[in-house]
Amino acid sequence: MKELMVRAIYCEMLGYGVSFSYIHAIKLAQQGNVLEKRVGYLAVSLFLNEGHELLLLLVNTVLKDLQSTNLIEVCMALTVVSQMFPKDMIPAILPLVEEKLNHPKEIIRRKAVLALYKFYLIAPNQVQHIHNKFRKALCDKDPGVMSASLHIYLQLIQENPEGYKDLAPSFVTILKQVVGGKLPMDFNYHSVPAPWLQIHLLRILSLLGKNDQSTSEIMYEILDESLRRAEMNHNITYAILYECVKCIYTIHPKSDLLEKAAKCMGNFVLSPKINLKYLGLKALTYVVQQDPKLALQHQMTIIECLDHPDLIIKRETLELLFRITNDQNVTVIVEKMLDFLRISEDDHTTIDLVGKVAELAEKYAPDNEWFIDTMNTVFSLGGDLLQPDIPNSFLKLLSEGFDSVEEDKKLRLFAVNSYISLLQGDSSKLPQRFLQVICWVLGEYSHLREDLEPGVVVRLLAKLLDMKSSSSETKCWVLMAMTKLCPGGAALALVHDVSETYSSSLDTMLRQRAQELQILSQDSELQAKVLPRSASMEPVEVDSSLSFLDGFVSEALAAGAAPYKPPHQRQEELSRSKALNLEPYGLSLPISISSCSITDRQSPTLLSISSGLSGDSTDFSHKGSSTALKLDGVKRLWGRDGYLAQKEQTEEAPRIEAASPVRSADQLGDNNASNSQTPNPTPSPECDQEKQQLASSLFVGLASQSSVCLMGKSDPTSQRFRRKTKASGSAEQITDPLVSPSDGSDNLLYKSLLDSPDLDVSPPEQTAGLVAPNGSCDAEEEPADADVKEIETPPVRDERVTAEASPHDDPDGSKDPSLASHLPAELSALSHSKVTLLFSKQNLDVSACHVQKEDSVVLVVFISNCSDSFLQQIRLQVDSEELEVSCVSDCPSEELKSHSVAVCQYFLTVKRPSVHFDLSATVSWQPPAGLPLTTQFSYRLPLATFVRALKLSTEEYGAMWLAFSHDTKQNLTLIHDGWDPLAATLDVLKRKLQLHVVEIIGVEAIVACCLQQDQPCLMHCRMHAGMLAVWLRSPVPDLPDCLLYCCQRALQEL
Amino acid sequence: MQFMLLFSRQGKLRLQKWYVPLSDKEKKKITRELVQTVLARKPKMCSFLEWRDLKIVYKRYASLYFCCAIEDQDNELITLEIIHRYVELLDKYFGSVCELDIIFNFEKAYFILDEFLLGGEAQETSKKNVLKAIEQADLLSPEIQVKLIKGKHDDICPLNVNFVA
Repeated sequence: MKELMVRAIYCEMLGYGVSFSYIHAIKLAQQGNVLEKRVGYLAVSLFLNEGHELLLLLVNTVLKDLQSTNLIEVCMALTVVSQMFPKDMIPAILPLVEEKLNHPKEIIRRKAVLALYKFYLIAPNQVQHIHNKFRKALCDKDPGVMSASLHIYLQLIQENPEGYKDLAPSFVTILKQVVGGKLPMDFNYHSVPAPWLQIHLLRILSLLGKNDQSTSEIMYEILDESLRRAEMNHNITYAILYECVKCIYTIHPKSDLLEKAAKCMGNFVLSPKINLKYLGLKALTYVVQQDPKLALQHQMTIIECLDHPDLIIKRETLELLFRITNDQNVTVIVEKMLDFLRISEDDHTTIDLVGKVAELAEKYAPDNEWFIDTMNTVFSLGGDLLQPDIPNSFLKLLSEGFDSVEEDKKLRLFAVNSYISLLQGDSSKLPQRFLQVICWVLGEYSHLREDLEPGVVVRLLAKLLDMKSSSSETKCWVLMAMTKLCPGGAALALVHDVSETYSSSLDTMLRQRAQELQILSQDSELQAKVLPRSASMEPVEVDSSLSFLDGFVSEALAAGAAPYKPPHQRQEELSRSKALNLEPYGLSLPISISSCSITDRQSPTLLSISSGLSGDSTDFSHKGSSTALKLDGVKRLWGRDGYLAQKEQTEEAPRIEAASPVRSADQLGDNNASNSQTPNPTPSPECDQEKQQLASSLFVGLASQSSVCLMGKSDPTSQRFRRKTKASGSAEQITDPLVSPSDGSDNLLYKSLLDSPDLDVSPPEQTAGLVAPNGSCDAEEEPADADVKEIETPPVRDERVTAEASPHDDPDGSKDPSLASHLPAELSALSHSKVTLLFSKQNLDVSACHVQKEDSVVLVVFISNCSDSFLQQIRLQVDSEELEVSCVSDCPSEELKSHSVAVCQYFLTVKRPSVHFDLSATVSWQPPAGLPLTTQFSYRLPLATFVRALKLSTEEYGAMWLAFSHDTKQNLTLIHDGWDPLAATLDVLKRKLQLHVVEIIGVEAIVACCLQQDQPCLMHCRMHAGMLAVWLRSPVPDLPDCLLYCCQRALQEL
Repeated sequence: MQFMLLFSRQGKLRLQKWYVPLSDKEKKKITRELVQTVLARKPKMCSFLEWRDLKIVYKRYASLYFCCAIEDQDNELITLEIIHRYVELLDKYFGSVCELDIIFNFEKAYFILDEFLLGGEAQETSKKNVLKAIEQADLLSPEIQVKLIKGKHDDICPLNVNFVA
């Protein structure tokens, strides 16, 4: 078996599929003797991936072996564990591995540490509790265990350098011991003591000392010593030196160390060994970000490296040059980079380098011609590999322009000229992306060139259409450009031909563009409206909710169409319907509590069905508008005037700091001194001249920068193509409430704009928007009682109060004033409902009213003793199914004197929404003579009592609208008495139900309210066919239905 | 370290060790690409390569190429030395190792690698300790020490460990 397994491994390496043997590998590890186990484990570790399902079968074997007394078995188990282990099985073996940290054998301890390191990498939170054990491992007497623990520390410190500052002295001490040769000889490698350990420590130290002067100071001495000791001419010493240099330049600077490091780096760069040269360049690249002048010292070497036959060296040199680019040497450097691009064949390098060239060109371009030319080369070299944001940002730059209009025009004109001449040449070789850019530019700006007939351009573009290599996407761009060009009336026949050809294309996109072209080219009036020449800079308003389709949708719904369900909901219903239906003859449509609870009222079937569905989708909190297409997250690429994406892109190209002015003064002095006498090795006389010239052009900006630094000014090189803050401007316009569509679902757009750093408008916080009901009610500026007075006005409520509970309605009117005077002082200022007599029995009268406070409703019960005797043991209990009743003040005393009134208050909060809230109460008392009596009564409150206005802005409304999952739709009757039915209807609703009208836009309105502060409900109204189509949404399941009912009643009762 | 590959001058894979989970298809693609790229390089060229977003460090010993993939921030030179140390270990274990040793006893080569590198990190840098661990495990074997097939083929020259770049 063992032999067979070895062969299987070999076959696997040769590329044959041996998946059949995987299970045998696991079995071998499980059952074999030690030697077989070893092969089994090896096979498993070579065959299986971390995520492979068979790995689960190994867990038990590993567990068994970890507990084995045989060292070798434990070793093997630990080895396999530290290579791969299923993440969710870690807790099973973690205690065993932890235990192994205290094992007497160092090899076990070491492997255990590495296993824990692996666990940390795949599941950091599971090993958090053993961090102090890592410290113990760090202090282990065996250097192997200690160095293994450094892996963990390197990782930990990378993530959080602050947490391990206290360990810095220990690391320094360890490094001192290592450098001092205190470790056993067999850790030496080519007579360098434990180089791996040293490098690890240096890396840790550089992380700890970064931006931290005090920690850095501990390290200076040992770094100095490391530099001094590593003098032997061997790769391993260079490896250490390289790490030292990196460390010195990372931590808080110290001048003499920097100097030594710079010298050391010089040795690297000047070394004839190619590997060292490469590393030297890499180090230099790292260092020049902090001190660009260092490159000056090695300028001749760098230039030699530029012409090095090995592409890797060349590539690294370009990387270095990229870091030292400024506006004076940009042309030379970019030219070098483009040269490299022309010979490079590696896609990854091309993409990377093209991006860098584009970045430099945008940042430092000396003039328009150069910029356009460079970008042309970038596009043609980058081909279709190019990151899509390069053409996007280029077009954005062109369209938004810079500070002066004149310059913009020149730039655009130049671009047009160069593209015309490109198209006149052989355009079949140009990459598609480039062609698309050309099309856009010609479409937008070819009118800038006055002597150019649009017809010429159209003919050139038409040529592109006929090319075999053009992709259909490019053809779309071409047609778009033609659409923009045709108002000149040029080449109408050609345009006609083209649109004829493509309007029957199989590609829908292409067909649409062709149709557009056809129609717009025939109707110049429409053309001027759709594509206004002057307004090409205006941002386009996007109605992402497609609210203009609402009419269509409600018509379709009324005609019996099924409401739109988002795919995930459909999926779920599908899966549910596939499951066994245990309820015989049940309705096939899932009906939730919400629809059951409202069945007592008359509602059209459509409503209950839709509410049932919405109730069903409670778990989809982000359920989109159920009738509108979901456009969330879909990037809008096309607008009326062409490519749009760039307008929404707010990302700024990262700027690379060319110079860091923070250097200690003496350091600057040193460098300046060395600048003036830069030792330029001048070997070959004939090419020398040329190289000198190149050098002076390459390093031109650096020296001048240093002088600026000396004067203490850190003047970042001026960017030519600095972008105007156009993005923020357009952002404001988009968020303008006038523009935003009525149901406010444009918040997605808004959200994306929030990322924009220089947005002027202070964005309303998204989170605040969602929890707004709490905050916004408190923040209402209207005085609270003013609100409540408004509630008083509707007569409906009073009529409805306890219709059945009060046997005699008439007398309570007379009692009202007297009882009302018993209202507690804090409530008397607020308005209250009419005090209603609930019942009267044996000289005991019980009346009640409710008081609407700003944030709550208080039920006040008056128990009055009309007899001449004492009443004793009066108890009152109030309950409700839908309301939570909490007692504020119970009956003040258990006994009631004659002709006195006891007042009880109860706070009412809504447990679940309902159309009416019924309170049932029980009162018991004992008359002076006779048995104790108990009577029950009830009290009814309408939903409107609990509804408060919710003051929102349109944006907040939009954010909330999308977040709510329960909705319902219905048509309501409009009030036709006024000149504006919508306003009149809303006015009634506002008066009766305290709804807050957020905004009215044309025939639509958005309204908001909340149930007791924290349960918002939003309403979207739309006048349609003489009816008011309302659409309510809320996070609370039954609230929309109940509120809709209230609205219906309120409107009917007029 | 992300992975380590050993392949011959003919482009035949001799040893592969992956420290990152990848699909078989991906592994094969990477291997093919890398073997091609590395074999195309001239002897005097730099031992480091930029490949995708990784650094490749390779070194040739006689007819075998040792090739490691590391991340950008890792130290290339020390990786080169890791390769060298591994060759030293093989050399010590097999006694003047050659390609055939690795072909016929590749599981041993894996065992040594596992003792030396664990999960992509250098585990034990002491030569003595690594070999001790391997020998202990080998001693348990009832078989007699593997017979090395060296010397039968004259065209196979030993990997020259003392060769320093």
